[in-house]
Amino acid sequence: MNLMVLLLTFHQNKDKMNKIDALIIGAGPTGLFTAHQLKLIGLTCEIVDNLDKIGGQCIELYPDKPIYDIPAVPECTGEELTNNLINQLKPFDIKFHLSERVDEVKKENENWVVKTNNGTIFLTPNVIIAGGVGSFEPRKFPVKECEKFENKSIFYSVKDKKIFEGKTVAIFGGGDSALDWAVELSKNSKVNLIHRREDFRGAQATVDKVHELTKEGKINLFTKYQMTSIKGEAQLESIDIKNEDNEIKNIKTDYALGFFGLIMQLGPIANWGLNIDKKTIEVDTEKFETNQKGIYAVGDICNYPGKLKLILSGFHEGALAARACFKLARPNEKYRFEFTTSSKTIKDRLGVKGD
Amino acid sequence: MFSHTCPIFLHNYIIIMTKITYITHDNKNHTIDVQNGLSVMEGAVQNDIPGIDADCGGGMACATCHVYVKDEWFDKIPAKEDGEEDMLDMAFEPKKNSRLSCQIIVSDELDGLTVNIPSKQG
Repeated sequence: MNLMVLLLTFHQNKDKMNKIDALIIGAGPTGLFTAHQLKLIGLTCEIVDNLDKIGGQCIELYPDKPIYDIPAVPECTGEELTNNLINQLKPFDIKFHLSERVDEVKKENENWVVKTNNGTIFLTPNVIIAGGVGSFEPRKFPVKECEKFENKSIFYSVKDKKIFEGKTVAIFGGGDSALDWAVELSKNSKVNLIHRREDFRGAQATVDKVHELTKEGKINLFTKYQMTSIKGEAQLESIDIKNEDNEIKNIKTDYALGFFGLIMQLGPIANWGLNIDKKTIEVDTEKFETNQKGIYAVGDICNYPGKLKLILSGFHEGALAARACFKLARPNEKYRFEFTTSSKTIKDRLGVKGD
Repeated sequence: MFSHTCPIFLHNYIIIMTKITYITHDNKNHTIDVQNGLSVMEGAVQNDIPGIDADCGGGMACATCHVYVKDEWFDKIPAKEDGEEDMLDMAFEPKKNSRLSCQIIVSDELDGLTVNIPSKQG
């Protein structure tokens, strides 16, 4: 029966079913280097990440901040580190599945069947979770009722700007996303821009533009205000905003957009039957395997006595988890430890000429 | 006592603690001795005070260690540095007295500091 279901799913998702030796969840530094280690020992792997770009926290939280404790790299930024790791993966053809979140992990005989929110399915004996603190999700409005209108009239990103034409839009936030959309949508919509303070953190040129459009009456600017409640039954009708002196204003609106950056959520990982303590997954320190055979956790998301949340620890953990993957992916072969400096096999994989 | 600043006299090392009170959203008071030099965030995390996530580990990059500082303390603690206010834009329900607890370093002067933890971090 299971086989039938599997065959059926396979048939339906012919183009999306991926049979691989290991799946890595998370394209941060640890996930990237773990991919390098897997490919070096001759295993196939693919990487899924919920962000639309490679690099994880390094690229999302601190692309410009310097890091001083990567071995043999005295100083580099999060972005530079990411680019170097991507360069290191160049000899290998690794498929990335970006803007996809793994929703489901189920055991199917010797394999794990892994499904993403996009419908991609992987069949693999090894799943390596290199998920940092979880997947990045947009921060939402604190007002609970907003959930009701989410993706209908309340959005945290813009997919189709045409829907706002001729409508009233309330935009919340003070960074580049909020300001850019305020400027863009002011061309064809009535825009109310609401921010909790007078200073904006967006690019100065955009801030100037917003002030200019405010003077021209194209944008209504409300600073030192935050959302307190929303009104509307079937459709969003208006929003109450309040300032620090507790003055409340009601503004009519068809849509509300919130741009408060991203937050990390453990998300579906919590439902995979793993031992989880304070958003981290318990592992052993030999294979970095969880309580589930063939599921590993490496980098910031794993926990064991003495765990250090450093990028360099993630590299070590990934290297060991990769070797453990070999046993399940190639049960009839013996893993041979080799150095990159001397192994002809590894050099062939890297595409470099041996001595 | 100068010895605590001088690593040569490590055997004389004296850890100086300061009392910090964390009030969780359910109105429970948690008064903890936090080692001077640690941040208010670290004091909470090390003592399992619920409600401070500190996802980025103290890098002022995530706004999940957000606290409200009691008014009488707000002006006594060192002022915000560049970037903290920007991050507070992203915090859950920021107020006038909002701070990121990773940016408040515990010292003698903060003895008795009280902070309220918001209902959520995001």
